[in-house]
Amino acid sequence: MSAILSIAGLRKSFDAVVVADDTTFDVTEGEALGVLGPNGAGKTSLFNLITGALRPDAGRIAFAGQDITTHSAAARCKEGIARSFQIPQPFGGMTVFENALVGATQGAGLHGREAEAHAVDVLEETGLMPKANTRAGALSLLERKRLELARAMAAKPKLLLLDEIAGGLTDAECVALIDTIKRIHAGGTTIIWIEHVLHALLVVVERVIVIDFGRQIAEGDPAQIMETPEVKEIYLGIDADA
Amino acid sequence: MIEWVGVIVQGTLLGGLYALFAAGLSLIFGVMRLVNIAHGDLIVLAAYLGLSTTMMLDVHPFVALIVVMPLMAGIGYALQRGVLNQTLGPDILPPLLVTFGLSVILQNALLEGYTADPQKLNGGAIETASLSAGGLAVGVLPLLTFVVAVAMIACLQWIFYKTSLGRGFRAVSDNQDIAQIMGLNKAHVFGLAMALALAVTAIAGILLGMRTSFDPAIGGGRLIFGFEAVIIGGLGSLWGTLAGGVILGVAQTIGAKIDPGWQLLAGHIAFLVVLAVRPNGLFPRVEH
Repeated sequence: MSAILSIAGLRKSFDAVVVADDTTFDVTEGEALGVLGPNGAGKTSLFNLITGALRPDAGRIAFAGQDITTHSAAARCKEGIARSFQIPQPFGGMTVFENALVGATQGAGLHGREAEAHAVDVLEETGLMPKANTRAGALSLLERKRLELARAMAAKPKLLLLDEIAGGLTDAECVALIDTIKRIHAGGTTIIWIEHVLHALLVVVERVIVIDFGRQIAEGDPAQIMETPEVKEIYLGIDADA
Repeated sequence: MIEWVGVIVQGTLLGGLYALFAAGLSLIFGVMRLVNIAHGDLIVLAAYLGLSTTMMLDVHPFVALIVVMPLMAGIGYALQRGVLNQTLGPDILPPLLVTFGLSVILQNALLEGYTADPQKLNGGAIETASLSAGGLAVGVLPLLTFVVAVAMIACLQWIFYKTSLGRGFRAVSDNQDIAQIMGLNKAHVFGLAMALALAVTAIAGILLGMRTSFDPAIGGGRLIFGFEAVIIGGLGSLWGTLAGGVILGVAQTIGAKIDPGWQLLAGHIAFLVVLAVRPNGLFPRVEH
């Protein structure tokens, strides 16, 4: 399988704060990759760099065989990159259905009934159909998280970026969400998932990378990575010498 | 009694024209939080473009709309992408200053191109035609203006809430950053919003030019009427803008009925009363 996303030598800093320090990794088509790291390690900034919300200081990003480093955020969405946000940010004044329609028409480039049918599909997939005509601003946290997923999926992404989508949910809610994400992954969508809720992350992803201060400090099989001293020390806060 | 009914009806119809002045302002403020100080001068520009078109092609002002509407829309798109997009940001001052500068430029350009002589669009028989019912005489042109205003507001409302373009406007208005991540090109969406606003402005300009004489300096007054209609109706509400225009129009005709010198003052007083009693306007958009 070929790499759908290829990141090489990516650097980004805000004054003294380095959020990406020579970040280099590939994501294979159809893979589910987990991203771990302490708060402020640069995980969300990495997503912002991939979606085009942030411009790197150096390095390049290739997606589906094309260099997209200079492409706008809107262009990258149309090319097949969509994301969900850690803090759900629906278009609050629009209905749930309209939120999904924006993704279907703008991101996926669908029109008319085709767009509506696809929006209905993603709302059914994410269990939001009963709320289709509710104003998004009036949704509960779980529903907002689902809408983040639905809106991203409405854009028919090849690569889906999930930012702490399981955070703040009850165990039961989390299980249902994991099922949905597994189905999306099984449907062929490549996933990169930042998550602190490890049990959720580890049942989906096949590989993890660990970053801290913008540096990749470990990469590999999830079970093995969790056992390495560096990860235990930096990520879990356990002193490796203890 | 019938006299006063007549005054209210005249005021309501005048309000239709004010709503047309205001619709473009309301639309661009709603989509991109841009307060366009040059809006009144753009209305006057549309009237002059109508004048040139009617003279060059020897057509009725309504026919001239076929030329003026797309022209104004094109000017709007180019203006937005070429100039105004660069002024939009967290600071609200740059767009105010730039559109103020644009207002000065437009006025002087019109003065240079058309001189300060008052001009008028010749609408022919429709200008003086009137309908009467039950002792009440209503001018056909004011009536038509009002009908057009209602139709335009309904059309804009439909675009906003039922079309993909409108969803784009609302998404960008709601959250620009997320809208871009969802595939909307903000610069293009803003350009389209300004194009649509100036297409409506073209209609307003032509109807204004048929109703009264105009010169390059009257833009400021039209801007004030437009602003007052928007604020009275409530920011972001298109039907509210129509109601605001009507309230302003009725206040002005009632003022004029009492004393011809009180027309403008009565309108401003009505505006201030609404502002004092309902600072968010009569029909503010429900948000979040």
